[in-house]
Amino acid sequence: MGAGRYNALALLRGAITGHRHWGRAWRAAEPRGPYDVIIIGGGGHGLSTAYYLAKVHGIRRVAVVEKGYIGGGNTGRNTTIVRSNYRQAPLQSLFEYSLKLWHGLSDELNYNVMFSPRGALFLGHSDADMARLAERGDAMIANGLDADLIGRDEVARLVPLLDMSPDARWPIEGGLIQRRGGTARHDAVAWGFARAADSLGVDIIENCEVTGFLREGNRVTGVRTTRGDIAAGRTGICVAGNSGHVAGLAGIKLPIESHTLQAWVTEPVKPMIDTVVMSQTLHCYFSQSDKGGMVGGGDPDFFPSYAQRGAPIRLEDSIAQSIALAPALSRLRMVRSWAGVTDMSFDGSPIIDELPLDGLYLNGGWCYGGFKATPGSGSVYAHLLATGQSHPLAAPFYLNRFADGRTIDEVGSGPMPQSR
Amino acid sequence: MLLIPCPHCGPRNQEEFAYERTLDSVVRLNDAPELAIATLYARANPRGQEHEIWSHTCGQWLRLTRDRISHAIHSVEPL
Ligand SMILES: Cc1cc2nc3c(=O)[nH]c(=O)nc-3n(C[C@H](O)[C@H](O)[C@H](O)COP(=O)(O)OP(=O)(O)OC[C@H]3O[C@@H](n4cnc5c(N)ncnc54)[C@H](O)[C@@H]3O)c2cc1C
Ligand SMILES: [Zn+2]
Repeated sequence: MGAGRYNALALLRGAITGHRHWGRAWRAAEPRGPYDVIIIGGGGHGLSTAYYLAKVHGIRRVAVVEKGYIGGGNTGRNTTIVRSNYRQAPLQSLFEYSLKLWHGLSDELNYNVMFSPRGALFLGHSDADMARLAERGDAMIANGLDADLIGRDEVARLVPLLDMSPDARWPIEGGLIQRRGGTARHDAVAWGFARAADSLGVDIIENCEVTGFLREGNRVTGVRTTRGDIAAGRTGICVAGNSGHVAGLAGIKLPIESHTLQAWVTEPVKPMIDTVVMSQTLHCYFSQSDKGGMVGGGDPDFFPSYAQRGAPIRLEDSIAQSIALAPALSRLRMVRSWAGVTDMSFDGSPIIDELPLDGLYLNGGWCYGGFKATPGSGSVYAHLLATGQSHPLAAPFYLNRFADGRTIDEVGSGPMPQSR
Repeated sequence: MLLIPCPHCGPRNQEEFAYERTLDSVVRLNDAPELAIATLYARANPRGQEHEIWSHTCGQWLRLTRDRISHAIHSVEPL
């Protein structure tokens, strides 16, 4: 299967044989149910769920069913920022658990996910911003996370690219940095989890869209797909922006709306910035990919859409803001922009829970921030799918919290995804 | 980009409009708690047509029937 373990010796061998010995990294599996668990959606979250099901829980009759190709959804479209600098404890704990997994992930998977803890910096543009960042930093430190509130000089030293002149469009007073945050290679995360899950026997079935559910009374017993019916003991939805649509196939309405989020990248250039810079006051952020392109983004498009394409106005906003912060960006050519469909939940936090039908589970509602959670999300979802019980870190993210008034609303904007 | 025909102003750029919520998610004052919660939080979120409430900067509220994949606007009425 595949090319065995990746190591220096195999690379050396390739140097002599013209690298023709590399096999497929995972099998092109055919559906062959029944499975113990079917996961709908071959993004990073679905694939990591399958991996942890097989690795940690010993459940190997697992299939990941993907309508296109794996990683072709938001996994392959996001701007790869990884951090755990949230304000509320349940979010801090979940994302920090994930951040710890990121730090060992390349070794765990025997696949270089190019995780680069280069530091994730929130900028502060006013006294009020700095007070807000200090409050967030304190909340993080109180829960054992690392956070440094830094002044203007330190920001200027870390990111010489920023406009610190007296007539800067957006004055910078300081920032809050999480030094263990950073970026990773998005595709590699999908491929690494796919290869590792496949080597444990997981079937990864691409070009296979779920079109309905098999039911026995109140129990879901598998999925209808474009490649036939597949039976399963438990079925886990993990389809990001399509959460509402797929849950709808089972007649379930979720506190989720699908919205467009865009990103852009410039031509590759020599290293010009080695920190992830974000401004939550302005709503723009940027970093430099390992290939050299400056990658950035900003606000979602503010209205529901499944189109996977965005309006130029939001793109312009984030680019104009980024250029005002780092004027040198104006000299670069933008080579591409694109959009993904994000699953905007009604409190901005994910939902990881069993749905009102037996045997049907949901991991969704990650909004525009789920890439950073990829390993942690898969780990706690695997726990739920294997045991039927919520992992303690996932318990606060239960579906009924909206009815119970226990929403986890970091921004405090209520059930209005467009204003988040 | 959407070109939205405001019943008051005529066709205008999407940037002048704000999406508010779906038509079926307006809570009535005397709704029972269960119904109010379902109305606030449960969305069909269809891959397809949905009835939505938008507002224009002129102050006009609109009822839009819109396709969420093609972005085609099927009808606009004042609300
Ligand atoms: C432009 C952009 C920038 C972002 N930037 C960041 C960032 O910097 N940091 C961060 O943490 N997060 C970011 N995010 C959010 C992040 O990308 C998502 O939260 C995360 O990738 C969701 O992961 P996933 O694996 O569940 O989703 P996906 O990769 O979208 O996987 C879902 C899969 O389900 C499949 N699917 C859908 N319907 C069906 C069906 N009926 N049958 C079978 N398969 C189906 C899809 O084809 C898809 O492959 C960003 C998102 C976007 C769009
Ligand atoms: Zn008008």
